[in-house]
Amino acid sequence: MTDLTRNVDDIRAEYLALTRRKRSYDTIILVLFIAIMVAGFHTADDRNAGGFWSGLHRLLDFPAEVIGEASQKLAEFPAHFMHFLPALSETLNIAGAATLLGAIIGIVLSLLATRGLALWPRAIPVVRRIMDIMRAIPEIVIALILIFVLGGGPVPAMVAIAFHTSGALGKLFSEVNENAALGPVEGLQSTGATWVQRMALGVFPQVAPNYLSYALLRFEINIRASAILGFVGAGGIGYELKNAMSWGTGKYDEAGAIFVLLFVTIVIVDQASSALRDRLTHGNRKLEATL
Amino acid sequence: MSTAATNIDMLHGQAARVISRKRMIGFALPAAIVAYFIYIFFAFDIAGLSERASLDNARTLVADSYSYKTHVTRSTRDGGISVAIEGERKGEYSEGTAPEWVTLGTDGAPTLVDLGRGNLVSLGDVTTWTIPDYGVISITASRANGVDVTFPNDTVPAWASVSKSRVAMTTDAGRLNVTRTKAEVFKYQAGWELFFFTLQSPYHGMPLGELLRRATSGEAGAIWNDFFHNPMWHHDMVAGALFETILMAALGTFGAAIVALPLAFMAAKNFAPLRIVRFAARRVFDFFRGVDALIWTIVLARAFGPGPLTGALAILITDTGSFGKMFSEALENTDRKQIEGIRSTGAKPLQRYRFGVIPQVTPVLLSQVLYFLESNTRSATIIGAITGGGIGLLLTQAMLTQKDWEEVSYYIILIVLMVMMMDWLSGKLRARLIKGKDERSHDAA
Repeated sequence: MTDLTRNVDDIRAEYLALTRRKRSYDTIILVLFIAIMVAGFHTADDRNAGGFWSGLHRLLDFPAEVIGEASQKLAEFPAHFMHFLPALSETLNIAGAATLLGAIIGIVLSLLATRGLALWPRAIPVVRRIMDIMRAIPEIVIALILIFVLGGGPVPAMVAIAFHTSGALGKLFSEVNENAALGPVEGLQSTGATWVQRMALGVFPQVAPNYLSYALLRFEINIRASAILGFVGAGGIGYELKNAMSWGTGKYDEAGAIFVLLFVTIVIVDQASSALRDRLTHGNRKLEATL
Repeated sequence: MSTAATNIDMLHGQAARVISRKRMIGFALPAAIVAYFIYIFFAFDIAGLSERASLDNARTLVADSYSYKTHVTRSTRDGGISVAIEGERKGEYSEGTAPEWVTLGTDGAPTLVDLGRGNLVSLGDVTTWTIPDYGVISITASRANGVDVTFPNDTVPAWASVSKSRVAMTTDAGRLNVTRTKAEVFKYQAGWELFFFTLQSPYHGMPLGELLRRATSGEAGAIWNDFFHNPMWHHDMVAGALFETILMAALGTFGAAIVALPLAFMAAKNFAPLRIVRFAARRVFDFFRGVDALIWTIVLARAFGPGPLTGALAILITDTGSFGKMFSEALENTDRKQIEGIRSTGAKPLQRYRFGVIPQVTPVLLSQVLYFLESNTRSATIIGAITGGGIGLLLTQAMLTQKDWEEVSYYIILIVLMVMMMDWLSGKLRARLIKGKDERSHDAA
């Protein structure tokens, strides 16, 4: 009996020691993390043109200036909105066409990269590496090169975004494909269906809602990307924003109008797409949340 | 019997309608996509692209990205010869030295430049270019009389442009420009010249074995110094820029996670009983996300100037919105039983959060944060190009000059490697920290 109690005491002591050690490890990691973050912000502050503390009081100057000018010229806002509407639609079209193009290429890549569905199973690792590289290249790299070759305009941005989207969606789609049941595909194969028929009739109906959901999410991301690429010369609302900014004080009402247009567009698309995605994947809300 | 028959008829009719609707969608969807692309074709004026596209630019870009040119220049004024890689002072050969394809003229003799495949340029008082199967082009230039050129058959070929003050000729072998003040030959060679050491470094052109031998006998520091501070390629600056970009991504991502966590509690149904608080927190998230990194960057750059801090803060603010939304959803999915268990021991609210909630949500949140780290490395490159920091800035600068395409390709390779490394690192960390507990979010990433 005494043995047993002693054992329990031992175990308790050991457990407490373990817990204490784990806690102290956690604390050390936390302190280390905080130290790294502080040091990182210090480094970033040092390498910045203006300091954080010296700039902090100026943080609201620019928004205040824009709002001030905008409120004085509020009557001109509807005209500004109409003026920038074509640019906004170009930005949306860049994002839309790039998402569509990227999704089509992504579908093909994903089917080629999924075990059990691939046309050439041996090429699966190759296709996966290709998708990794496509994902890794930031849009701006391709956009700037194409602007140099093709001149400014929406096409460089569209190609650049579509390239990245193909890789990103290809990876997500192939993960969806892995969960598709192979029964329909085998059934179709037994009737002598070709690879394209097997994919279109056997796989597509199973995965279409998930594809659509990911593509919508990508569309949200691509609108932002399209606006940013406009800023470096690829047309659309970003380009107009850059021009409006360069006119400086006294003309910020146009910049303000663009801010409002961009903000409202992003919020509307985000809300609409998240509502739509929710409907497409009821049972899958958790998965969505992680994105 | 008759009711069963009508039932079957009804079912049959229903099924037929469903199938025909599906068939309609099957045709309508591709048709809509094609129609949209046709619209895009005209809206983006893709037909006019071939006119606007500059194939010359494309050619320079491709050729420059894997080759370099060496300038051999003779000044008309004093007859002095200089040989410089990419025409830059940093790449200049020191007085009296030249690559083996240049024969420096001494005592008034012309300098001979061998462009390969029988092409020979002689730089003297008279500049001549001997082209096989064509003949000898001779050019005289002086400040007073301008530039005078004679072609073998007295016609100006398509690859030459001639004016009173300037002659420019480009063939596959190289280029020759003659103006009143100087004659300049360009020879193109494959590779990234001076990538490791410039001509001023004693280690230039040294074989690898010899380098290793010297490195082990105490010169490692000097060798590294000469390589790292290479004035032509600026490896030190590039490494600094890569560091800045990763710094922006890391500070932005982790900073956003720290700011978003407490806010997420205010937006989660099961932790914030007051509807108004939840509503306010959610609208704050929507605002942060909706304003977009582009606008945050512009606004912040006005206050803090260009640099990595501005980029980091822009990422931080945008992602606070994204994380806040995602974290609050994760918090709403927590299991109440664990919290109640902790409460039954008499724990205070803060302790309940620390021991009942945090352990539950940590794997999910960490996996989301790490996933963002990789995508933010790409964002940091782009934001750097706008706000002026990191590798994005170097890339845009090199592109704007429109001549250093070998540097552009160097930066692109580094960017791709950097993003892939961050992707790999975040995947490794996710797998390590979460250990299969969170297969779901790993899939989504």
